[in-house]
Amino acid sequence: MLIPNEVRGKIIDMAVRSGTAHIAPAFSVLEIVYTLYIKILKVRPHDPQWEDRDRFILSKAHGCLVQYVMLSELGFFPKEELDHYAQPGSRLGGHATLGVPGVEASTGSLGHGLAIAQGIAYAAKYYDKKNFKTYAVLSDGECEEGSTWEAAMGASSFKLDNLVAIVDYNHVQSCGPVLEVLSSFEPFADKWRAFGWSVKEVDGHSVEALETAIKKAPFEAEKPSIIIAHTVKGKGVSFMEQVPIWHYRVTNPEETAQAYKELGIEPLS
Amino acid sequence: MRAALDASLTEAARKDNSICVVVGDVSPIALNMFTKEFPEKFINVGVAEANMVGLAAGLALTGKKPFLFTIATFMTMRCYEQIRDDVCFQNLNIKIIGGGGGFIYPTLGATHHALEDYAIMRVLPNMTVVSPADPFETKKAILALAAHPGPAYVRLGRNGDSSIYGEESTLGNYAFQIGKSVLMRDGNDLVIFGTGSILRNVVAAADELLKKGIHAKIINMHTIKPIDVGAIVGAAKIGRIITVEEHQVIGGIGSAVAEVLADRKLMVSFVRMGVPDTFLHEYGKREHLLSVAGLGIADIVKTAEHICAES
Repeated sequence: MLIPNEVRGKIIDMAVRSGTAHIAPAFSVLEIVYTLYIKILKVRPHDPQWEDRDRFILSKAHGCLVQYVMLSELGFFPKEELDHYAQPGSRLGGHATLGVPGVEASTGSLGHGLAIAQGIAYAAKYYDKKNFKTYAVLSDGECEEGSTWEAAMGASSFKLDNLVAIVDYNHVQSCGPVLEVLSSFEPFADKWRAFGWSVKEVDGHSVEALETAIKKAPFEAEKPSIIIAHTVKGKGVSFMEQVPIWHYRVTNPEETAQAYKELGIEPLS
Repeated sequence: MRAALDASLTEAARKDNSICVVVGDVSPIALNMFTKEFPEKFINVGVAEANMVGLAAGLALTGKKPFLFTIATFMTMRCYEQIRDDVCFQNLNIKIIGGGGGFIYPTLGATHHALEDYAIMRVLPNMTVVSPADPFETKKAILALAAHPGPAYVRLGRNGDSSIYGEESTLGNYAFQIGKSVLMRDGNDLVIFGTGSILRNVVAAADELLKKGIHAKIINMHTIKPIDVGAIVGAAKIGRIITVEEHQVIGGIGSAVAEVLADRKLMVSFVRMGVPDTFLHEYGKREHLLSVAGLGIADIVKTAEHICAES
């Protein structure tokens, strides 16, 4: 099994091969997605439609590079497919879609995933009486969308304690720091409490802290749970960390070499 | 037509327990029969249309068959991106019902006039678009769509319980088929394509025209997408076509018919009747608004006379 920095290395490799990528956004959400796949999700890679599986929706869809690496690592599809990411004929594109084994919903436009996760959780709790959990991972910027808050209000009103949201709170959105764009974004955790969710905050780059927190869900009966994971955009590569321009940018050969050096792994291509 | 929706949803749900209803602040009383029999299958998300669609997408991903219902303006526009991305792009089995299409709320102002829905729904890949003419057609349409495995939009019109085909008529006994238009009246002088509640005005106009010796063929295009191409090609033989819709003149069935004619190089005398690319700042009864928009019975008669005279 890969360690997180090896996942980062593979992501850079995929970005360079395809010439396109949201590298830094994938690096901030990396340990969250890693922890879910390695420590939490009850899934069967060779039976992706297993009806009792846990569901995971990456609503922060532009972080999908890490999801693809993890899915192939677990055996949902061959690792060779990663090398064709975002190239002609590939089913792996810049935002994950239904049809890729292990992907539960087509996302891409921010603000959709939490509502969809809510619907799955609703069916599980009230119609099918299933015990699986549904996880939705959101970006901080996505919590500026009104539709996110519609889903938040709905989920708690429907008492969906089988629903867990995790926010990749890296504090930087596409054009700059979140608080410089919208100063009323904070107090953030309070907003979720006000919307009826039970809240925990953790270091979003600690697999251990994430695992401990996620396993405590539901934090309170009859309430959906949310983990606000404090992260660093571009985590792992010094020249990317918290630098807005790296939201959507591919490394040039020098940057690629430097990145692998900092991650402490051998170059992949 | 709401009562017909209620009755048909209830009938469908009795045979298929994956059917559920998701509404945006619509009272359970509006779908009384359904909510009495299947209270747990009725989900109200409040005034939150984006959440209606997102939640429905989640339900559909677990194998449920959600029917969404609220006023047509909000149902189609507030959550348009959700309809496009969550429903159509994922090609999920979700039916979207817009109540009060056209000028059904004639005193409430333009924010409540649904005049764009045919256009914006039919442009979406994987979407089927139906506009039934009366409660009987509504029931048939809902039952047919309940068996159709994919996204669909239905615009409901006027309430009331009479058949547009006439109570004694057997014309109304046709078997509803998605995509197959219905001949309401035969005629050789011109063809009028209509859809939805406005067909009542078309029929009344045709009666007037008959008195003047003009025989209008009336074709009910209950399905706007996929449009009945054969019916249009057949109509072209008569050489004079009018389309009538309680919808903007841009993008609805008028445009859909024009596309077919142009694609096949069919030159005919052709008039699109609809709201002339304007918002109505008018209040009153629906017939008054229709007249102001140029869709009154007299307007249809005049247009038909004109098209017959000039060609």
